[in-house]
Amino acid sequence: MKKALSVSVSPHLLSAKSTPVIMWTVFLSLVPAGLAGIFIFGPRALWIISACVVTAVVTEALILRLRRKKLACADGSAALTGLLLAYCLPAALPLWMACLGSFFAIAVAKQSFGGLGRNIFNPALAARAFLLLAWPKQMISFNAAFSYPDAITQATPLELLKEGRMENLSQMGLSYLDLFLGNRAGCIGEAAVAFLLLGALFLLWRGIISWHIPLSFILSLAALTWLWGGKAIGEADTLFFILAGGVVLGAFFMATDCVTSPLTRKGQLIFGIGCGLITFVIRKWGGYPEGVSFAILMMNAAVPLLDRFFRPRVYGSGVNKYEKVAKRVR
Amino acid sequence: MVRVLINMKKWLREFAKGIWRENPVFVIILGLCPALAVSTSLENALGMGLAATFVLVCSNTLVSGIRNIVPSRIRIPCFIVVIASFVTTVELLMAAFVPQLARQLGIFVPLIVVNCIIMGRAEGFASKNKIMPAVLDGLGMGVGFTLALAVIAVIRELLGSGRIFGQVIFSEFLPATIMILPPGALLTLGLLIGLINLLTKGRKRL
Repeated sequence: MKKALSVSVSPHLLSAKSTPVIMWTVFLSLVPAGLAGIFIFGPRALWIISACVVTAVVTEALILRLRRKKLACADGSAALTGLLLAYCLPAALPLWMACLGSFFAIAVAKQSFGGLGRNIFNPALAARAFLLLAWPKQMISFNAAFSYPDAITQATPLELLKEGRMENLSQMGLSYLDLFLGNRAGCIGEAAVAFLLLGALFLLWRGIISWHIPLSFILSLAALTWLWGGKAIGEADTLFFILAGGVVLGAFFMATDCVTSPLTRKGQLIFGIGCGLITFVIRKWGGYPEGVSFAILMMNAAVPLLDRFFRPRVYGSGVNKYEKVAKRVR
Repeated sequence: MVRVLINMKKWLREFAKGIWRENPVFVIILGLCPALAVSTSLENALGMGLAATFVLVCSNTLVSGIRNIVPSRIRIPCFIVVIASFVTTVELLMAAFVPQLARQLGIFVPLIVVNCIIMGRAEGFASKNKIMPAVLDGLGMGVGFTLALAVIAVIRELLGSGRIFGQVIFSEFLPATIMILPPGALLTLGLLIGLINLLTKGRKRL
């Protein structure tokens, strides 16, 4: 009886999806792409992944301890951050750099903003940006696919295109199927597009992510590439630009991070379009061959603004139809 | 005699407050533009800090001296004229005697004119106090500014290029370029301010 009369603040409807459930579901959905990455880039990729995940969880525990908070490091958010960071690192990166990046993600990009749910920027991407600015040489030397244990360094398809060394897929000796299955140089988790899509479908089916951000991201990037990516309208190889970089990983797993993306559907669509636009601008005119991570980080900064702009109308407030009608009658 | 002692104690407090309790960079959060921009190496930081200290002491002295003559409506332009003339002096002196440093600091020496610490001390302190406290306030704030810049610069130079004063300290360690780029300045400053708040205000708001 007493329970029925309890008074509490909103929200009153509680979802069965708790934070650990969401985090571990996303973690699970990323496993196939990781296994594919380990298969493509060798055991070194496994080392990077383990180093990142372990460092992230340990750092989270350490800082929660320092902040005298409840030790919630089993909720999977730190492990997921570490995993996502590892997926956007090259397999040849020194292990201590991966560990330092993972520490940065949790200590600076997440906990110094107040911990889970309070960070402005996606921690994994912030750490990637940190590493890219700190050690650019190591961050852009990628191993060729299936080149282990010799680890031959090879440029990614987008790099080849940016530097003007090769103009199309056949010059690179690749096919769409290679790109789709990940048979190319690149970061650990971004290459195997097919397995990423498998994980993304699983998340969509479980209702963890919605289609708004990924679809608007990929479609806006595709449209811009089709229009202005090549020398003339429609000349650019649109499918190549979608498959070759980190767009699929970024759009489905990083831009959709529930902490750093807008709350409303309209906001999410604008967010996705902005990501696509900035990615295209960086790829076309910027200094880097790939711009997905910087695009998502920039749009993360715009999220509070988008949320304020698309704040839903409170039921019964705002437009008062009856008052208008009453005025006309009078 | 007693009066002199009391005055001495007061003066000492005016001098000391700028170093820690009211440090212009870490506590009042003023003058961040030079603190972020020229703290890439210890040499630049000390050069900038000393130049700003010289201007701060001189302008505080003169502003305090003319505080009863200047009509309050046009006080800001008057302060700016005073500050700008001292900055010009410093700029010419630096170009004559330390041309290398002057070239490295570049636009940031003339920009001392709009350094908000100097303007803030002129408006907030020197124009309301006698000459002696104003001089000591300027000196304390200047030393505090220099120390703050030096702390940021040591961290950034050490991590960003593995050197201090241009001397190689770490040769094994691969320096993190980000620390001598603008993001490194913001990261260092933010973490230092957080640390100082933790030390002074405790962990209540942590």
